[in-house]
Amino acid sequence: MRMGPGLWLGGFLLLGMSAGLEAGQAKPEPAPADVKPPANEDCLACHEDTSSARADGTSVAVNPKVFAASLHAPLACVDCHKDLEKLEEYPHPDKLATAECASCHDGEGSKYHDSIHGKARTNAGLNVAPACGDCHGSHDIQPPKDPTSRVARANVPATCGSCHEGIIHKYDAGIHAVALKAGNPKAPMCIDCHTAHDIQRADTDAWRLSVTAECGTCHDDVVDSFRRTFHGKVTELGFTRVAACADCHGAHDILPASNPGSMISKGRLVETCARCHAGANEQFVKYDPHPNPRNYARSPLLWWINQFYTVLIAGCFGFFGLHSLLWFRRSRRNGAAQGGQS
Amino acid sequence: MTPAAVEAPVREEARETPEMKRPPARHIQRFDAATRRLHVVIMVTFLLLAATGLPILFSEAPWGRALAMLFGGFQGAGFVHRVAGATLLGAVAWHVANVFWRAFVRGEKGLFWGPTSMVPQAKDFVDFWQQMKWFFNLGPAPKFEQFTYWEKFDYWAVLWGTAIMGAAGLILWFPVAAAAILPGWMFNVALFVHGAEAALAIGFIFVVHFFNGHLRPEKFPMDLVIFTGSLSEDELRHERAAQYERLTRTGELDGMVVQPPAEDARRRSLMYGAAGLTIGLGLVVLILYAVVR
Repeated sequence: MRMGPGLWLGGFLLLGMSAGLEAGQAKPEPAPADVKPPANEDCLACHEDTSSARADGTSVAVNPKVFAASLHAPLACVDCHKDLEKLEEYPHPDKLATAECASCHDGEGSKYHDSIHGKARTNAGLNVAPACGDCHGSHDIQPPKDPTSRVARANVPATCGSCHEGIIHKYDAGIHAVALKAGNPKAPMCIDCHTAHDIQRADTDAWRLSVTAECGTCHDDVVDSFRRTFHGKVTELGFTRVAACADCHGAHDILPASNPGSMISKGRLVETCARCHAGANEQFVKYDPHPNPRNYARSPLLWWINQFYTVLIAGCFGFFGLHSLLWFRRSRRNGAAQGGQS
Repeated sequence: MTPAAVEAPVREEARETPEMKRPPARHIQRFDAATRRLHVVIMVTFLLLAATGLPILFSEAPWGRALAMLFGGFQGAGFVHRVAGATLLGAVAWHVANVFWRAFVRGEKGLFWGPTSMVPQAKDFVDFWQQMKWFFNLGPAPKFEQFTYWEKFDYWAVLWGTAIMGAAGLILWFPVAAAAILPGWMFNVALFVHGAEAALAIGFIFVVHFFNGHLRPEKFPMDLVIFTGSLSEDELRHERAAQYERLTRTGELDGMVVQPPAEDARRRSLMYGAAGLTIGLGLVVLILYAVVR
């Protein structure tokens, strides 16, 4: 057979080629148990070098002292950089998977996911919107209790302000920033009203209404008196067309009435009220937006009117209530005698 | 009000209307059409004002928002409240003007003084004292005139309440215009007075007026005279003996006899009245829930 040896040779070559192809395509077997993930020292061998950088020149250096002092010091690099767990070849690719903070911090993660920042990143692909590390830091992460932390109460405005530059200047000018800088632990800053992780659009009704309660955590008697007004009652019902705290006092740049720049200073009251009540004048702003009929010192006239109506209402209901009861009793007893009269 | 009770006098009067097999009792006119219309307008607007105002008065109650949403939210409720308020103010103003017109243009007597007047008379205080004695079984029930002391109280309460509520309401409706003549703290006074008068009016109408006018055992479940305009001669004789005696003495009674209300009109009155009572008492339940909670 002419083809005999050639066939054998051809068969042999084909077999060899396919074997070679197979060998070339074969991926490394999944790391067996004895392949150890890189230890932090292994990573630092390269990343400790302050000149270590990606191909595009951005630094990938990690300061081991900073990391050792951070809240996450007990963690291994690969606890967050999970795709390096099975790394065998160095250097690893430039592009790694994003650290999944939510794999441990799932509560914060899901809140963030539904927040305006989370939605901006995931839905709109707005990659300037902050992810965890932009506020908390990464290798230098510290708990909020630590005064050096970016999310320590005193530092939050600066952290938020690194993006929201227009707001931080207003906030810094306001009375709350002054109190915060003076070390007042109750002084409100960004996240007290906006929350840290589930930040919502500031123009939603639900959010606007929730802020009043936040003001009330310190200014409880002021919110209580506000609730006695038409503004306070309508907002309590869940409608936002009327004024709540920030509409008169401002939001970020709140100033005391004694400050001429304040929205509620004598000089600016007409302007402030006229934002809704077009045509408001000096007489108009003699309105008290925080009356308390039970507090004689605050509202003496209302206190007297309250006394008058308390007596009038109690008298009326008491008198006619008794009148009706006595009548009912008499009519029931009389039922048999007068049953047929009407 | 058993059928037998109504029929009892029917047989007496049977000879007067021989063409009917079972002629109804003689009915006496009590309220003219204008008065009945006025009551309907006051009733409807009052219920609307209460239902749309209570969410504000009880803004902290869990039902506040739901009740406001029934009218399309606070703006819808506010719109209904203003329309109803303006209508009520107009109706009461019309009534007052009408009384003066009757008195001074038409020369009607007895509007401002005397047994047919709404102005309290010495007899009202005597009646009240007798009624107290009757409550305690110490004497006979008083012989009432055209309007009893509690009816006069109701009447003046509506006039007084509408004037105060209306004035306060207008200040709150047009604060910028009001500020042309009033200082801003009058808005505080207006809101407080509007709320306090509302509590007084709602409590008074939905409890005291409902009981005195409709729910008390003699009238239960309701007195239809304000809707139908007339009542049976028998009822008048028992309930307003002094008026009945006066009308009989002067001979006016025969001129006040009217056809008894048609069954259809009676049923309609009963329906409207029952709806009003139900809504009012429903709102009372909501108020009690908010207060007790």
